[in-house]
Amino acid sequence: MHSIVEIGNLSKSYRRGGQIVPVLEDLTFDIMAGDFIALMGPSGSGKSTLLNLIAGIDKPDHGTLRVGGIDITALSESELADWRARNVGFIFQFYNLMPVLTAYENIELPLLLTRLSGSERREHVETALAMVGLTDRMAHYPSELSGGQQQRVAIARAIITDPTILVADEPTGDLDRVSAEDVLTLMARLNAELGKTIIMVTHDQHAAQKAHHIRQLDKGVLLSSAA
Amino acid sequence: MYLLKLILRNALRHKLRTGLTMLGIIVAVLAFGLLQTVVDAWYAGAQSASSARLVTRSSISLMFPLPLSYEGRIRGVAGVQAVARTNWFGAIYREPRNFFAQFAVSDNYLDLYPEFVLPDDQRQAYLRDRKGCLIGRQLADQYGFKVGAVLPLRGTIYPGNWEFVVRGIFDGVDETKVTRQMLFHWEYFNETLKQRTPRRGDQVGVYVLGIDNPDNAAAISRAVDQTFSNSLAETLTETEQAFQLGFVAMSNEIIAAIRVVSYVVILIIMAVMANTMAMSARERSAEYATLKVLGFGPGFIALLIFGESFAICAIGGVLGVAATAPAAALFKDLAGNVFPIFQVSSHTLLLQTACMLLIGIAAAIVPAIRASRIRIVEGLRAIG
Ligand SMILES: Nc1ncnc2c1ncn2[C@@H]1O[C@H](COP(=O)(O)OP(=O)(O)OP(=O)(O)O)[C@@H](O)[C@H]1O
Ligand SMILES: [Mg+2]
Repeated sequence: MHSIVEIGNLSKSYRRGGQIVPVLEDLTFDIMAGDFIALMGPSGSGKSTLLNLIAGIDKPDHGTLRVGGIDITALSESELADWRARNVGFIFQFYNLMPVLTAYENIELPLLLTRLSGSERREHVETALAMVGLTDRMAHYPSELSGGQQQRVAIARAIITDPTILVADEPTGDLDRVSAEDVLTLMARLNAELGKTIIMVTHDQHAAQKAHHIRQLDKGVLLSSAA
Repeated sequence: MYLLKLILRNALRHKLRTGLTMLGIIVAVLAFGLLQTVVDAWYAGAQSASSARLVTRSSISLMFPLPLSYEGRIRGVAGVQAVARTNWFGAIYREPRNFFAQFAVSDNYLDLYPEFVLPDDQRQAYLRDRKGCLIGRQLADQYGFKVGAVLPLRGTIYPGNWEFVVRGIFDGVDETKVTRQMLFHWEYFNETLKQRTPRRGDQVGVYVLGIDNPDNAAAISRAVDQTFSNSLAETLTETEQAFQLGFVAMSNEIIAAIRVVSYVVILIIMAVMANTMAMSARERSAEYATLKVLGFGPGFIALLIFGESFAICAIGGVLGVAATAPAAALFKDLAGNVFPIFQVSSHTLLLQTACMLLIGIAAAIVPAIRASRIRIVEGLRAIG
């Protein structure tokens, strides 16, 4: 096993008004390839901020951040966009699907950035739909799907380009128990069967149990690591 | 395909908002087209004027006639092929509000105006009858004048009662020619005047000159005016087109105002459209941020917004352009004979199309720049 995420002395602060508010302070830790990590901590402790940094949608102030061997802090805006499209799958609390696109089209969206032909795209999308168990719902718009189904569409979209890392920010935060269980089971399968490295932010102790490791953040500092 | 689908579905997301905006564009493009057509109608007389004809008049003012003796001297200028006499008559038919143009013209006048066509027998009948007159088709239609009818006029500039017999009705060779005038014999006019007010005889309002080559218009004009320089009645010679535009220029301020208004209409709808696009783009911040997360660049997002703006403008604009010709026809019917020619020109259609494109692009610029520059972290926080 090797480290897929290497974080060294990472700091991040936000400017609010005239004040600088430190969010992450001097974080150092690694994440192993194939791991399933749950990031926990009180509200405002910087979980989302850390996840965004690892996923390359925000930039740190100081420190090193290597993902898959690449120093992503050195990438330009457009290089970072390419890198995200190829290496990271995103799962959001509120699904963030395009409301004017069907389930099928939402899943197909990231493939527009690839060179795949129309028929190859169809094949990929159908495979992903089958994996999340929504083949019969592919023509539905997000507004015609339940929260759990929408989140499964979002997961299919996240894995459609076969990224190595999946990041999920409270993926069950908006779901009832049963739907949450479905989503968590699906994520565990993606980790076990496809070897995806998953970093999941959650408030839910039960959800965190699905992960191999739990990391506690408090006021920007990493507390403990429990198995 | 995928992109087009996304753009069109986005455009139809708020059906009421898009519908109202589109209606605004239709109305604006239509109003713009009609106003431009009004301006065109105003200039129609000048546009149908020929540059192969010159007009010589008193350099002081149109109010002052020129001596009849000038005719022979003008004919002597190199390049001049024919000289016709015309006097503005300005009489009233029955009631003052029945105003139309009347000209006393020499018999060679029609030779200079091939754009007016007249059956040969009517032409001969006119030439035979001293009191005969010719009526343009548009005028004849307006008042129901028929060949053989007696046409009484009450003079204003040349007082007294005058009587004419309609001997012919002439048509324009095409729809752009104004045929709202009456022509009659200059000889009859002059002889009657000499009887009634002898000192006003032998005077010509303006001379119309046929020339050999339009390219020589400037040189010939100069030569004519030089012939009469330092005389009691100096002349001003210019192309018929310039002459007609001189008339239009009197109402230049009105025309300019109409023009300005037509563009103001476009500016207003541009602001409305920009507002619609800004509202839509703002509501979709989280979606644009999500697209960026997935790896789409700022260009893709700008394209979505430009495409949407463009689609709305194109649909509204095409409907507006399509409605212009029927609306113009209706307008012409309602306005009666204010404008003898009221036709939507291809130039106007082109301008409408250009305006529509301009609205589509201009309205999207600011929202597109804003949305494409959106920072992912901030855009995602706009959710919920
Ligand atoms: N764009 C921003 N501008 C200013 N402050 C920010 C910004 N993003 C986050 N913060 C602040 O940084 C701190 C950490 O935010 P973050 O969203 O990472 O917390 P979190 O652990 O994910 O909280 P929660 O569990 O509520 O989602 C908070 O105090 C937050 O207000
Ligand atoms: Mg958070």
